Amino acid sequence: MSMTATAGRAQADPHHIGVVIEHPGPASKRIVTAYGFWIFLLSDIVMFSCFFAAYAVLSGQTAGGPKGSEIFEQGNVAIETVCLLLSSFTCGMASIAADVRNRFWFYLGMAVTCVLGVIFLVIEFREFADLVARGYGPSRSAFLTAFFSLVGCHGLHVSAGVLWLLTMMAQVFAKGFRADVLRRMMCFALFWHALDIIWVGVFSVVYLLGSGV
Amino acid sequence: MPVVRTVEATMLGKLDWSAIPFDQPIPLVAGAVVLVAILAVLIWVVVKGHLPYLWHEWITSVDHKRIGVMYILLASVMLLRGGSDAIMMRIQQAVAYQSQGYLPPEHYNQIFSAHGTIMIFFVAMPFVIGLMNLVVPLQLGVRDVAFPTLNSVGFWLTATGALLVNLSLVIGEFARTGWLAFPPLSELSYSPGVGVDYYAWSLQISGVGTLVAGINLVTTVLKLRTKGMNYLRMPMFCWTTLASNLLIVAAFPILTATLAMLLLDRYLGFHFFTNEAGGNVMMFMNLIWAWGHPEVYILVLPAFGIFSEVVSTFSGKALFGYRSMVLATMAICVVSFMVWLHHFFTMGAGPDVNAIFGIASMIIAIPTGVKIYNWLFTMYGGRIRFATPMLWSVGFMVTFIIGGLTGVLLAVPPADFMLHNSMFLVAHFHNVIIGGVLFGAFAGFEYWFPKAFGFRLDERWGKAAFWFTFLGFFATFVPLYVAGMLGMTRRMQHYDVAAWRPWMIVAAFGMAVLTIGVVCQIVQLVVSIRNREALRDRTGDPWDGRSLEWATSSPPPVFNFAFNPDVRGEDAYWDMKARAQQQSLEHEVPEYRDIEMPRNSPTGFVCAFFATIMGFALIWHIWWMVILGGLGAFATFVVFAWRDHDEYVIPAEEVARIDRVNLEERRGLVSMAGAT
Repeated sequence: MSMTATAGRAQADPHHIGVVIEHPGPASKRIVTAYGFWIFLLSDIVMFSCFFAAYAVLSGQTAGGPKGSEIFEQGNVAIETVCLLLSSFTCGMASIAADVRNRFWFYLGMAVTCVLGVIFLVIEFREFADLVARGYGPSRSAFLTAFFSLVGCHGLHVSAGVLWLLTMMAQVFAKGFRADVLRRMMCFALFWHALDIIWVGVFSVVYLLGSGV
Repeated sequence: MPVVRTVEATMLGKLDWSAIPFDQPIPLVAGAVVLVAILAVLIWVVVKGHLPYLWHEWITSVDHKRIGVMYILLASVMLLRGGSDAIMMRIQQAVAYQSQGYLPPEHYNQIFSAHGTIMIFFVAMPFVIGLMNLVVPLQLGVRDVAFPTLNSVGFWLTATGALLVNLSLVIGEFARTGWLAFPPLSELSYSPGVGVDYYAWSLQISGVGTLVAGINLVTTVLKLRTKGMNYLRMPMFCWTTLASNLLIVAAFPILTATLAMLLLDRYLGFHFFTNEAGGNVMMFMNLIWAWGHPEVYILVLPAFGIFSEVVSTFSGKALFGYRSMVLATMAICVVSFMVWLHHFFTMGAGPDVNAIFGIASMIIAIPTGVKIYNWLFTMYGGRIRFATPMLWSVGFMVTFIIGGLTGVLLAVPPADFMLHNSMFLVAHFHNVIIGGVLFGAFAGFEYWFPKAFGFRLDERWGKAAFWFTFLGFFATFVPLYVAGMLGMTRRMQHYDVAAWRPWMIVAAFGMAVLTIGVVCQIVQLVVSIRNREALRDRTGDPWDGRSLEWATSSPPPVFNFAFNPDVRGEDAYWDMKARAQQQSLEHEVPEYRDIEMPRNSPTGFVCAFFATIMGFALIWHIWWMVILGGLGAFATFVVFAWRDHDEYVIPAEEVARIDRVNLEERRGLVSMAGAT
């Protein structure tokens, strides 16, 4: 018996490093789900980085059309930013409420998040519609192409997020705080916060840098 | 009349009878034959009453083994389609000397575009993803992948992409732009038809599937390993799976973004890659190859893993230099993102940039060389059995070294200026993709087939398939190297240079030999299925394997392992066998527990159904159908999210009954081995 024990240890440390930490086995569902979703978010950020890169390449290509400083309205952008940052806070509140299984605060947090998200989308849509009406649509120049795509891609993500948010509320209403529902809520919160981080990038690269030019 | 036309345009978008190529016999006949074949199979399935079995056991299955098998089946079917394209091209170039040959230019262009697209996205990708799906959870000693239902979604979305590509054969046309659809040729002004849209949407949809598979497998390897399976005890195939899927997660979003930009240009008049209004074509080159070069390693790294497993098993030795192999794999994973510019040295980047990327491209040959030496040293002093998987592996080493060396040659910018877009390049990448990825896929197919189905494949036909493919490969592609040196560029529908002709004829002859190899493989499958009782693998360990997939029965039960295996070192199963011989297997009856497994779900299939509708509608501008497809896909996910029971329980007695059978067979094996 002692023979095999020694053999086992030699196998565990074939290169005689001295320290072997045994892997404890498969992780819990909660960890696996969140981990997978993090990886998805990273891939999503890679996709955004392509649109950022395209914007960086094309931002000077105005083809005789307007420059960024001529069309960006910082007031609107400031309201948009405040809405999104606040919504991240309320989304965090909803997450905490879900963790302690408090329906009232969960619904309230989610509802406020939803309203803030929708306000953001309305402002963005009006900005886009106004530009198109003035003849500065995405087909006007490569700069406007890149601008509409980058900002619009973020906007599409927010729209998908709002849809997910409403589905999430309906699901808590129908199913309660089940383990799988809580895991989905965790993923939703990660998604919503990630959109905020991307907005910080959009705000800085597009609106702040663009207004200066 | 105008009113009728508007209604039609609303209902059917750009679709009308002119979309069916009544005037082109080849696609029409090919399409009709495929259609008849599909209908015949469907009727046979329904009449024979196999439909419920197919639906419950395969189509809605979330079992990683079943999904893996379906991926490989998809890849095999598409290999025949892509192979037919290849045969047509080789015949065309053999006959089209100072003549038009038998394929008109617009058809020939579709064929080489479809060939490349299919072979990369719908043969090589599903084949390696299928093998990873099938094997990795078994090697890690776990019951399933991290996200079983998502796994099914990923597979069916890949199938949707393949379906759309094949649909373009009969309804409309495929892209004529080459497999990467470079703008400005792929822009609306130069490619007004639906070909590029078929190309882009099928890749977008299957790309989502690939991304899902990538996320799933990365999470599986990093978070779901059995007890004691430390990183540096994982089988090499798990390491290469990790590297390959990390690349998928990091690179495929670039493809998605790039194709989205191209589609925005085509559909909404954006100016990402147009010639006018400040668009930038070179941005497409950079973006597409920032995905495209890692893609090469996404394909070949799993193949490297397969060869590592096969060489070590059939040499009866642990893999030589395991840690250096891990290091080489991860080095390739990182460096593969730093060489993309070597795909367009000639496009004006300047000498400094070209030099840097040339050197980076040569550097990546170093870890690859490390791997080759590790395999050779694994074989050195081993007791080598030349079974079919081993033949493919040795054939790979010879072939891949040649392909790798011509690659290093192309990485020298001045040489590349001579050889860029020539037949030499075509020969080079077929040399590494066939010699590396396809040989690897075949080795893995032969090696793990008994695990998936419970019987081995016929060795005689397997060896015949290897030799015909191996020799056919060289007969086809060595002439292309020569033709490239003689100045022949790629993708030529016809030519007037007499010096190229003999080489094209030799290549066509080589293609015939290669085709015999493929036929041998089909015969091998048929013969093996017929003789399956004689070829039955009762022990679950037909090759005297070293990793955990051989520790369970063939085919494995749905739960893979009755107990989570306890791993104590590298080559976990080899170690277990050695200990079992020393201790003559404890005979106490283990205490079985209930096992919870994920329930089957039609989510993947239904979601892909709606994705197909949506993809088709987008290609033909049928907007109401796009909305319908989108709503359907969303509703599918909501229904999935609303279900109350996502797992079912396999009772302990059932687990015990299944496991006992396997243990008995295995005891017999161990006592026999102990006696000798």
